[in-house]
Amino acid sequence: MKLNCKINGEFREAEGVWEGESLLYVLRERLDLPGSKNACEQGECGSCSVYMDGTLVCSCLVLAGQAEGRDIVTVEGLADEDELHPVQESFVEAGAVQCGFCTPGLIVATHDLLERNAEPSDAEIREALAGNLCRCTGYEKILDAVKLAAGKNGKGAS
Amino acid sequence: MKSESAPTRERPIIPASNPGRIGESRPRADGVPKVKGEFEYSSDLWMDGMLWGATLRSPHPHANIWSIDATEAEGMPGVHAVLTHEDVPGRKVYGMEVPDQPVLAWEHVRYEGEPIAIVAADHPETARRALEKIAVDYEVLDPVTDPEEALKEDTPKLHLSGNVLKEVHIKHGDVNATAEVVVSGEYEIGMQDQAFLGPESGMAVPDGRGGVDLYISTQWLHIDRDQIAESLDLPPEDVRLTLSGVGGAFGGREDLSMQLHSCMLALDTGRPVKMMYNREESFYGHVHRHPCKMEYEHGADKEGNLVYVNARLVFDGGAYASSSNAVCLNAGTFACGPYNVPNAKIDSFMLYTNNPPCGAMRGFGAVQVCFAHETQMDKLAKELGMNPLELRIKNAMKPGDKFPFGQTVPEPAPVAEILERVKNMPMPEEEEIMGRDLRRLPGGVSNVTHGEGVKRGVGYAVGYKNIGFSAGFDDYSTASITLSVEDGEPLIRVHTAAAEVGQGGITLQAQISRTELGVEKVAVLPADTRIGSAGSTSASRQSYVTGGAVKMACEAVKEKVFEKVREEFGENGELSMEDGGVSAGDRRIVSLADLLDGDEIEETVVYRHKPTYPLDENGQGDAHFQFAFAAHRAVVEVDEELGLVRVVEIATAQDVGKVMNPQSLEGQIQGGVAQGLGLALLEEIQMKDGKVQNASFTDYLLPTIFDMPPVRMEVLELADPDAPYGLKGVGEPPTISSTPAIVAALRDATGRELNRVPVKPERLAGIEEEPVRRAPQPGSCGPVAERSES
Ligand code: FES
Ligand code: FES
Repeated sequence: MKLNCKINGEFREAEGVWEGESLLYVLRERLDLPGSKNACEQGECGSCSVYMDGTLVCSCLVLAGQAEGRDIVTVEGLADEDELHPVQESFVEAGAVQCGFCTPGLIVATHDLLERNAEPSDAEIREALAGNLCRCTGYEKILDAVKLAAGKNGKGAS
Repeated sequence: MKSESAPTRERPIIPASNPGRIGESRPRADGVPKVKGEFEYSSDLWMDGMLWGATLRSPHPHANIWSIDATEAEGMPGVHAVLTHEDVPGRKVYGMEVPDQPVLAWEHVRYEGEPIAIVAADHPETARRALEKIAVDYEVLDPVTDPEEALKEDTPKLHLSGNVLKEVHIKHGDVNATAEVVVSGEYEIGMQDQAFLGPESGMAVPDGRGGVDLYISTQWLHIDRDQIAESLDLPPEDVRLTLSGVGGAFGGREDLSMQLHSCMLALDTGRPVKMMYNREESFYGHVHRHPCKMEYEHGADKEGNLVYVNARLVFDGGAYASSSNAVCLNAGTFACGPYNVPNAKIDSFMLYTNNPPCGAMRGFGAVQVCFAHETQMDKLAKELGMNPLELRIKNAMKPGDKFPFGQTVPEPAPVAEILERVKNMPMPEEEEIMGRDLRRLPGGVSNVTHGEGVKRGVGYAVGYKNIGFSAGFDDYSTASITLSVEDGEPLIRVHTAAAEVGQGGITLQAQISRTELGVEKVAVLPADTRIGSAGSTSASRQSYVTGGAVKMACEAVKEKVFEKVREEFGENGELSMEDGGVSAGDRRIVSLADLLDGDEIEETVVYRHKPTYPLDENGQGDAHFQFAFAAHRAVVEVDEELGLVRVVEIATAQDVGKVMNPQSLEGQIQGGVAQGLGLALLEEIQMKDGKVQNASFTDYLLPTIFDMPPVRMEVLELADPDAPYGLKGVGEPPTISSTPAIVAALRDATGRELNRVPVKPERLAGIEEEPVRRAPQPGSCGPVAERSES
């Protein structure tokens, strides 16, 4: 089948999509957007988080066909090529990145949290990010990064 | 060495960075590409015309294979190759310590998930469907799933060498010593998974001349290369490996997974072949932490001085050897903990079973025994009516004491000091339980009470482990440093084969180079096999060994620079490199731009730490070259009615020798503690009759951001005189004693005996029995379905 949707502000088309493919697969393998990650492909880790029509979703749980005509934003679309979104900047500065496999999903999830809640409490951050697994950092520097980003008033390109 | 054929694929270059000196926190060079989603992991690799590989795995933990028929699969449209053991050109087995594991199984399968055939197809789904069309005729055999059973004489032998893979026996002092106060216990560790987030993946690209390039996630390029070359029957130079982006490792990428399979498929089809496991397959595709049962007896005098320790350790090695030998040795040598123990008898057994192969995971060998010896120390303290911390401090080993394996405890060994530190660290504030935000109760929002049953507890533990490879292993690393001037600015290029798996090794290499040569701009080249081995990124060894190699290569470059300055400027005094030039004291002699005048200086060196020796028949010998110590204090809250836990805080003191990069050090400590917490409370691969019951992140529970408390830490910098900059490996100690500290705190809160980790809610709530199992009802699945399978 053929898939048409808007991705990071551009109209994109993917041909020859098998019906069983997920949005994550199409992004990664057909549209050259491998930033969204595939740590579990069953909705448990959040590494594949993207926006679909402004809502945070696990792209591994979205069938490609469900994305038809939708507006998708991935980690690649949060800032211009040579720029960093304040959330991205904060993750680098706070040392919240080790292997980085969880990072794209956490960046998108944090972006979403700060859009909804500019000054989240500790408990709110933990609640919002409880669906994003990280195996390397022990999460403490991720918490620091989110607070840092909130401090920078983490808004901008979205 | 550097004139090999061009790679078949352009290598991603990590941009030159401005890394700062050792001791400084600077953002890591790969941080920006990682947050932008641009960093290329091995699962992101893509090439025109590439095929997808997939693996057929045994559904049975133990079976004979009578035949494999791939005819139907081969004929499917889109399928380019179906390969079996017959297609392995060289050695049909592989293994890091003992080559006992089939590349593809023939005649027997010894664990559920063992690879039998591989397929290359034009779409991953086509490949998966082709697997279903491969007909394998199995004769299902009873699996040997209990290591104690495997040890018995009349149990079927799973390998020609028998079921005992390794045994270590340590006899220290008087093995028949007796004591006034004796405590004993039996302890058990479940099978933990590394659960790195980046799946096993990589791409093999045929070079058109019979050789192959492999872009891969691994912990040790050269040991992969050697095993691959052996089984492909190719000279090592025809198998070139380049490290791709690695999404975590923790020991789980030491063994081969899809490396050989993708190379076989690429050479067979003449096309690039990508292989990538999904999460379920990943649980079958790598080794796990060894489950272990441990029987302990401690004897002490009435004042609390340890007199003896006797221990019997039985490890489940699973179907193949992996790094089990080293685990068995480590566990034996560290079985008594960091205490001065005058007499000891330790018997450590590693068994083959039909369970999944077990191998390396952060802290291996030490993690298992630490849970047991620390629980024993608490028991002993209780028996003596002593404070458990005081008992530990009293018996803490000191430099000059003897380890139970005969080696002398070297300087520094600050065991008492780190215990004093955790004792004196401030306690977290006590927060009123009733009326709290639900998210701050044990279990978070799934807590259905108001906190009536919540109790607080505090526990302590201390542990230690060797750094690096031991017992006579030639544990070296190779580094090349090139100094040049580009665009008028001096630049250092660092090349090693050390795998960056997330720990921050590339940042450290850059910091060392920057510090040694006084040059601000450093580029760390991609790790590959064009340079000599760096050894494994495991055993907390890379900062020491590859760090040492980089430092030594810098010193060699520096010497060349100084020679040139002496020749050209007739300088005879002390020289130094600073700010991109050479100085004598405060007097600048020349800038590197002028001195090099378009030339470069390159030096490649091999660095070795001091030698180690195998243990003798009594388990005695100078087996290890460095030891790292950490202590932990855990504060927990337990809901006794629901069996739910909230870890309030972990406090830790660790000797690191020298803080090389404060931010990455903190990250290692926090991340290591999280894995220790996982083992204490959540993480276990559940096995039933040799079959994995929970191969998914739905059923294998990892700590989330909700589960992890803040980590309060103090680091000591007591230099190891033998190590570069005095540093000590830091990755593993945080994982070792955090687990027993948490369980000690749970005991303190509940008064229950908790002798097995992970501690399940049932245990905490006092439900000792297994849930009642009803007899199978007509129409129910389960046992009936299982019967029809065999
Ligand atoms: S890959 Fe989508 S949630 Fe894990
Ligand atoms: S940084 Fe490795 S999983 Fe989060």
